[in-house]
Amino acid sequence: MAKKPSKTETLLRNSDKSLPLLDVRDLTVEFATRRGVVRAVQHINISVAKGESLAIVGESGSGKSVTSYAVMRILDRAGRIADGTVMFSGVDLRAVPENEMRELRGREMSMIFQSPRLALNPIRKIGRQIEDVLLQHAQVDSAQASEKAIEMLEHVRIARPRERYHAYPFELSGGMCQRVVIALALACKPQLLIADEPTTGLDVTTQKAVMDLTVDLTRKRDMSMILITHDLGLAAAYCDRVVVMEKGHVVETAQAETIFKAPSHRYTRKLMRATPRPGVTLRDLLPEEETKGARPIGRTNGHAAMPLLVVEKLVKEYPRNDAGGSFKKLFGPKPTVKPDNFRAVDGISFTVGRGESVGLVGESGCGKSTTSTMVMRLIDKTSGTIMFDGQDIGEIPARKFATLPLRKRIQMVFQDPTDSLNPRFTAARAIADPILRLGNGERVFVRERCEELARQVGLPVELLDRFPHQLSGGQKARVGIARAIALKPDLIILDEPTAALDVSVQAVVLNLLQDLKDSLGMSYLFVSHDLNVVRLLCDRVIVMQTGQIVEQGPTEQVLVAPQAAYTRDLLTAIPHPPV
Amino acid sequence: MTDILLSPQGPAVAKAPSNSIFRHARYVIAENPITGIAFGLFILIALCALIGPYIVPHDPLASDTSAALAAPSLKHWFGTDQLGRDIFSRVIVATRLDFTIAITSVVLVFAMGGFAGIAAGFFGGWTDRIVGRISDTIMAFPLFVLAMGIVAALGNTVTNIVLATAIINFPLYVRVARAEANVRRDAGFVQAARLSGNGDFRILLMHILPNIMPIMMVQISLTMGYAILNAAGLSFIGLGVRPPTPEWGIMVAEGAGNIISGEWWIALFPGAALMIAVFCFNLLGDGLRDLVDPQRRT
Repeated sequence: MAKKPSKTETLLRNSDKSLPLLDVRDLTVEFATRRGVVRAVQHINISVAKGESLAIVGESGSGKSVTSYAVMRILDRAGRIADGTVMFSGVDLRAVPENEMRELRGREMSMIFQSPRLALNPIRKIGRQIEDVLLQHAQVDSAQASEKAIEMLEHVRIARPRERYHAYPFELSGGMCQRVVIALALACKPQLLIADEPTTGLDVTTQKAVMDLTVDLTRKRDMSMILITHDLGLAAAYCDRVVVMEKGHVVETAQAETIFKAPSHRYTRKLMRATPRPGVTLRDLLPEEETKGARPIGRTNGHAAMPLLVVEKLVKEYPRNDAGGSFKKLFGPKPTVKPDNFRAVDGISFTVGRGESVGLVGESGCGKSTTSTMVMRLIDKTSGTIMFDGQDIGEIPARKFATLPLRKRIQMVFQDPTDSLNPRFTAARAIADPILRLGNGERVFVRERCEELARQVGLPVELLDRFPHQLSGGQKARVGIARAIALKPDLIILDEPTAALDVSVQAVVLNLLQDLKDSLGMSYLFVSHDLNVVRLLCDRVIVMQTGQIVEQGPTEQVLVAPQAAYTRDLLTAIPHPPV
Repeated sequence: MTDILLSPQGPAVAKAPSNSIFRHARYVIAENPITGIAFGLFILIALCALIGPYIVPHDPLASDTSAALAAPSLKHWFGTDQLGRDIFSRVIVATRLDFTIAITSVVLVFAMGGFAGIAAGFFGGWTDRIVGRISDTIMAFPLFVLAMGIVAALGNTVTNIVLATAIINFPLYVRVARAEANVRRDAGFVQAARLSGNGDFRILLMHILPNIMPIMMVQISLTMGYAILNAAGLSFIGLGVRPPTPEWGIMVAEGAGNIISGEWWIALFPGAALMIAVFCFNLLGDGLRDLVDPQRRT
């Protein structure tokens, strides 16, 4: 316990308290790649005062995460700090030897990563993991460690901390896991917390709870925080100052209130515009110079004589895993009561009109994805009917449906553009796949058709021969959309098509989807957790919770005057820039 | 149909995929020199197998009792054996037989095990159970003993050596293919393929198989080495290829008794050839994986 303080530690203790806690000057980070040296971050200056919270905002590839890795000195092997200084309370972190740096990480500055499940050891009890950190940095001796760990769990507001101490990460929800990660990060009372997209995978209501907690704890302990995010609303709601980064440069630094009221840089304005928020239309998201050419949005009359899709009392059940294994099932006494099944979708009914777009909204686990895959005929329903254009497609087994001509008329755009493209297929091959399988007589002109589709979705034709990993996120999304519209379907299910995209790309893709709907006369079932996005694209909205529909109606009505308490919760949890 | 798609339609289109394969190969080799060595050895072995019998200095079967058990010299580079046959010629000529056995058995096991494994991983349920139990049954025997049993029961021919080698490698392929297919079973691109009207078998062959090729390539390369060892091992104990056919395993067996009496060259050179071949295939795996993986080709 009584370890001799290292040189760095002595320096830290005697440092001038008036200095900023973290002062990054002229930082340049380089990565050695196959194509030569890439500068991910170029000559940036960032400083964080004691007790201040700073947001670093930018889109993917802006260098915001690399900056934080450089500060923590956890760049991967190909990366190195090429130039500049990183001063942490007056100590030059670039000069600190690696073994002392290890001491600093966790004790003086710590980090929360994007995915809480990846950050926790899956086979170690969470209480033990907190103890590990405490013992590592010699904050406590082993006798007090467990008490201290329980205290930390209490601090991050985990209910029944004494029981949860023995829980494994898989037994906790995503939000709870992130709280444990926060507990880990704060266990040794560091002075600086770096949160790298801490709530990206979480629902809005969970996001609110986690962010409120983080900010509360850091304020109480007079800690500094760097929040790295792509979400302007989140940055504005929780930080004092905002740094906007673009392509490795800092383009703007200002107080949170001023940056949103009067953004001075062109890029900040573009980001602000592209962020979906109440009171704007789809076209407002595009940069000023591009809105002029855009056509006005045609509002469709969703209530035509016969709706395209009628879903009635749809149910999907999954068997619950009971405690007894298959051995017990085979030889044990037959259970007198049938074990109740888990109802992922619990008797929902809704319609989608021709040319209408309907939003299906809810948080993770509410059954919205199960509903959409059932309508898509990728999985079989348990009961209920799915009438598509007068035909009960719910009766056709999912396995058979793939090769039926009906398949052409219902298509889907997937959530993750990377995952939904075969890595071994070029863009052209991916777009051509449905035409080759289900198209009639178009085989000879496949290439022409692909190029036509590429032009329709705004994908440069010369990119058609690239593989998915050679395309950007937005380009991959376009390939996915081109594939879905290749057969001119009547109904497209959009499963969070923009969740994996940057806001500026999202703005373009949403507008593209709207244009395609107007020109091709398709209906959309838009599955999303983001009410702001749904507001822009949908005529009607359905709100789901735990497998049931809690509210449905015209978009404006539901979002302006929500009837259900749950809808109100969802709406208030969304962070907004103070405009 | 791929031809229609990939046929050059414009200058920008034709350029991308064509010349890149050589550049990519050069990059892979430059990045990891050991891969280069392995490829060099592989080409050497393949050359021996192809043209070896036409270039060797002596007839591998011609015996010359007057020159029996001669030590390595300028006339007989690797020396001669008990019957005065030239060991250098025999080692070179044997390459073709050992190489053929290894390749055919690996192709056979890849076709059987790879497909069974993908099907098991993709369909799950009963397919998985049946394939799984078959491979468990094979794994339950000591593999070499099983191979001996198969060859002994079916007869002492090259075909049966190939078959036995394929069967004992079956579980390895099943496991790798099953695990890889299982991961991809619910991937977005598989669902998308279903939406495009692909049936199950088409999805297996056109969408999943190409994606697990990189990892299967490593498996193929490793089992190539193992297959050569196995064939040689069977011949060594007197099953499989029969004398006087030149084969590395038999030659080692024939020379083993002479090591004590000082004629080390009879067993050493075929043994060394065997070692180099196995070494080469084991090293080749990583390089092959990098070559067939488009993700690495940025």
